[in-house]
Amino acid sequence: MKKLLSLLLALTMVFALAACGGNSAPAAEEPAAEAPAADAPAADAPAAEAPAAAEVKVGFILLHDENSTYDKNFLDAAVASCEKMGVEYVVKSNIPEGQECYDAAAELVDAGCNLVFADSFGHESYMIQAAKDFPEVQFCHATGTKAHTEGLANYHNAFASIYEGRYLAGVAAGMKLNEMIDAGEFTADEAKIGYVGAFPYAEVKSGYTSFFLGVRSVCPSVTMEVTFTNSWYDEALEKEGATRLINDGCKLISQHADSMGAPTACENAGVPDVSYNGSTIAACPNTFIVSSRIDWSPYYEYMISCVQNGEAIATDWCGTIETGSVVLTDVNTAVAAEGTQDAIDEVKAKLVAGELHVFDTSTWTVGGETLTEYMADVDDMGDFQPETNVIADGYFNESGEGFRSAPYFDIDIDGITNIDA
Amino acid sequence: MNNAARNPLFHVARRGAVPAWKAWLIRGGAILLSLVACGLITTVVTGENPLAVYVTVFNGSFGTVRKFWTLLQNVAMLLCVALAVTPAFKMRFWNIGGEGQVLIGGLAAAACMICLRDSLPNAAIIALMIVSSIAAGAVWGGIPAFFKAKWNTNETLFTLMMNYVATQLVAYFCVVWESPKGSGQIGVINQSTELGWLPVIGGQRYLLNVLVVLVVLVFVYVYLNYTKHGYEISVVGESERTARYVGIKVEKVIIRTMLLSGAICGLTGLLLVGSTNHTLTTTIAAGRGFTVVMVSWLAKFNPIWMVATSFLLVFLERGAGEISTNFGLNQSFADILTGVILFFIIGSEFFINYRLCFRKTAEKED
Repeated sequence: MKKLLSLLLALTMVFALAACGGNSAPAAEEPAAEAPAADAPAADAPAAEAPAAAEVKVGFILLHDENSTYDKNFLDAAVASCEKMGVEYVVKSNIPEGQECYDAAAELVDAGCNLVFADSFGHESYMIQAAKDFPEVQFCHATGTKAHTEGLANYHNAFASIYEGRYLAGVAAGMKLNEMIDAGEFTADEAKIGYVGAFPYAEVKSGYTSFFLGVRSVCPSVTMEVTFTNSWYDEALEKEGATRLINDGCKLISQHADSMGAPTACENAGVPDVSYNGSTIAACPNTFIVSSRIDWSPYYEYMISCVQNGEAIATDWCGTIETGSVVLTDVNTAVAAEGTQDAIDEVKAKLVAGELHVFDTSTWTVGGETLTEYMADVDDMGDFQPETNVIADGYFNESGEGFRSAPYFDIDIDGITNIDA
Repeated sequence: MNNAARNPLFHVARRGAVPAWKAWLIRGGAILLSLVACGLITTVVTGENPLAVYVTVFNGSFGTVRKFWTLLQNVAMLLCVALAVTPAFKMRFWNIGGEGQVLIGGLAAAACMICLRDSLPNAAIIALMIVSSIAAGAVWGGIPAFFKAKWNTNETLFTLMMNYVATQLVAYFCVVWESPKGSGQIGVINQSTELGWLPVIGGQRYLLNVLVVLVVLVFVYVYLNYTKHGYEISVVGESERTARYVGIKVEKVIIRTMLLSGAICGLTGLLLVGSTNHTLTTTIAAGRGFTVVMVSWLAKFNPIWMVATSFLLVFLERGAGEISTNFGLNQSFADILTGVILFFIIGSEFFINYRLCFRKTAEKED
């Protein structure tokens, strides 16, 4: 027994010595080579070809990791853009919306990043704090609302007119409803759709309203029920919400929450689903129609080139269909109605040409009335005081020029019912 | 016949007292073995060089001055909750409600910051934050203790359920105080005025937390080891009947100890909201209320050793984050490594208390 134990201990000592010996050498070099190991060499090489441009190293802060459709959408674009532009990057995932975000941003700066990007709404206050502490570093934040009032030269917001993408996805959904009505599965009056939202927040309301208006533009009798999970990522709750809507008689589901909960529930129940953030066709081949998403690559390439050329990044950047920021996935022809792709292309051309506005006030009412004026809290000073009229020329100007990129459409329109209320 | 002759390959026997140096040799050996095992897993599964992974883990905590401060902050917060639950644990009162007690303390602090910002000066707000968050934590810990003392309810289930009540309360107030509307988030409280923010000492954001927890550490150590209360706790923990026999009022000790336990948790909530995050979320306690069970047990309820065990857990966690950043591996992989290391550490306790006796003579007779 003792022999065995001593043998074991001796073995450990040998391993320990080997480990220590190996450890000390790289440790000495380490401070200088703090750079990310795996991706760096590939990313480094092209950077050397453009010596004129300033060296850029980008730090990305993600709320979750690639298991969340929301963060995966950011991550994929980040990797693609950085590799295309030939710049180094570091990714910090699973960063909560608290002081950890400031620490992560500061660590990225320590690691040599001169451009830091965070992807979640709750990161904003901590990014602003970091922007104040590191004035020589550029901080960009998706979905935030405060850059245009904060007045910091190195803090910027970005978003995209995703409501246009939602509207297009809505057109595809409406065509599917019409197909099902024509096939006699239910009557036009029974055409009810469901929507699983995260929070009753402007970003979500803007999303489902534009989706609904898209559906109604092809299927006029449609109504919609909305339920909220009060979480951006809760697979069980999202699944439960979708199931509840299906049991309520909803014939088609869409969602604005970040897990696979709602698409999975739809696949299990055989109910068509319009997805978000990316294609869910792999998991849901029999129910997935189409998905809208924001492609962050155009913005990433823009912000990187700004830093490379020493130019100022726009305080509030809003991507559109034209910039390639708002995109639809391939239509799943196995589920979608015939001619869906053509219809989408047609509407898309009208949106780009400015002939069609998603929030055209002639297409929706509030309490039976058509709105001619609506004051929104665009400046978001924490006062909740709406101060800016955002309806002009017959449409609600969402994410409009001169306002801000993050959505502020928070109107409850007729035809949509909140079943939690 | 067969049965009588049967002699297993080895059997487990309880060890007598093990000298301290031997126990620590076994523990040290276990840690080294765990590193070897992790190295093998890393190489086989990911193809990365295990030494590079270890260096990265180390750098996660010591790579820069800032990382070291973050390490100190996380150790301090984990240690503070561990110090809070340990008096209860020593009394064999399984308080796994640390999470809820921290949250409710944080909620009280946030309430003071939000509701009093227009009516009171900064110093008064901070004073009220301190009092109310400690009191809130104490009440949250006191309720299950009261039920235990009066009606002998199960404290494990009770404190666990109190966690959910606290989480839902915080979720509710997150909506009440949300900014902007509909987002379900409070955001940074009083960002422009900094009302109710605890002072930053010496330009180091986390120094205050570390100092406060040091004071708590000394207090809990002295309280448990050198006071009458501390002695009563250990007697109740050893045997309630003995405690009753020598005239200790067990009910009183249970309630008093849990009030203290909850109060320190409430203090942690205050530090997290008032000093660190300046906001309130349902995840602000970050599972520490559960992690401390391990911290406290591994240290055998000794406050001084808990510094080491909480350091170890935070060190591994920070290293895990660093691995996922630098190697592009999912954080789950780092969690697997942490699990393997903890498995070895906890397993080593087995070899300290027991030994394996291998078959010796039987083989010759075969």
